[in-house]
Amino acid sequence: MKFGILVNEGPFQHQASDSAYLFTKAALEKGHEIYRVFFYYDGVNNANKLSEPQADDRDLVKLWSALAEEHKVDLVVCVAAALRRGIKDDILAPGFRISGLGQLIESGIVADRQITFGD
Amino acid sequence: MEEEWDEDGPEVVKRFMYVNRKAPYGTVYALEMLEKVLIAAAFEQDVHVVFMDDGVYQLKKEQETKGVNMKNFSPTFRALEGYDVEKLYVEKESLEARGLTVEDLVVPVEVLSSDDLKSLMSKQEVILTA
Repeated sequence: MKFGILVNEGPFQHQASDSAYLFTKAALEKGHEIYRVFFYYDGVNNANKLSEPQADDRDLVKLWSALAEEHKVDLVVCVAAALRRGIKDDILAPGFRISGLGQLIESGIVADRQITFGD
Repeated sequence: MEEEWDEDGPEVVKRFMYVNRKAPYGTVYALEMLEKVLIAAAFEQDVHVVFMDDGVYQLKKEQETKGVNMKNFSPTFRALEGYDVEKLYVEKESLEARGLTVEDLVVPVEVLSSDDLKSLMSKQEVILTA
């Protein structure tokens, strides 16, 4: 099955991006396709390479980047949501790209299932 | 946008539903949801917008937001018609529980019972909630 993923929360305030990451990873391992992961609201903070969690904490930014490298997952950060929160190209972690909300709508059109993670 | 539409419009039109469940201020969910609705309209999808729970407050007339230092974005709901977003629904139970009627709202809406809304939701292809 072809999934589109929407991440609406940041990596530290909320479990949603962990759940999205684990779902995405599990789906790929089961042979499904992830059409795109779209980051909206505080979800754009998942792309901030300046983030430095403590050593005993998981580093979700790095985990997303590794997933993108390994599986060529398209990680898209909403430009409007990102600019508000100071997320720009020069602080974007590897594997992420900034684009418009149209990428989310396209994901909804193309994917068999569009799944939201967040409140 | 990578896909190109021909003159007849988009190749695929899906039923998109946006479910607004949060009050307009206090968190950013409502404002950014509205931005999302406007984009789907630009993609000529079959857009449905639902207001339920505290989301019904987003449509309340006469919002005065200076005191909370936020922009009053409720006038944008009146512009939705210009984007061909005309399917606006409010859950009856949510409206009544907050002592509101359709007269209190900035735009015309269809009021649906929880059961009718459930059945409308089951017909959607993409549901985005916040």
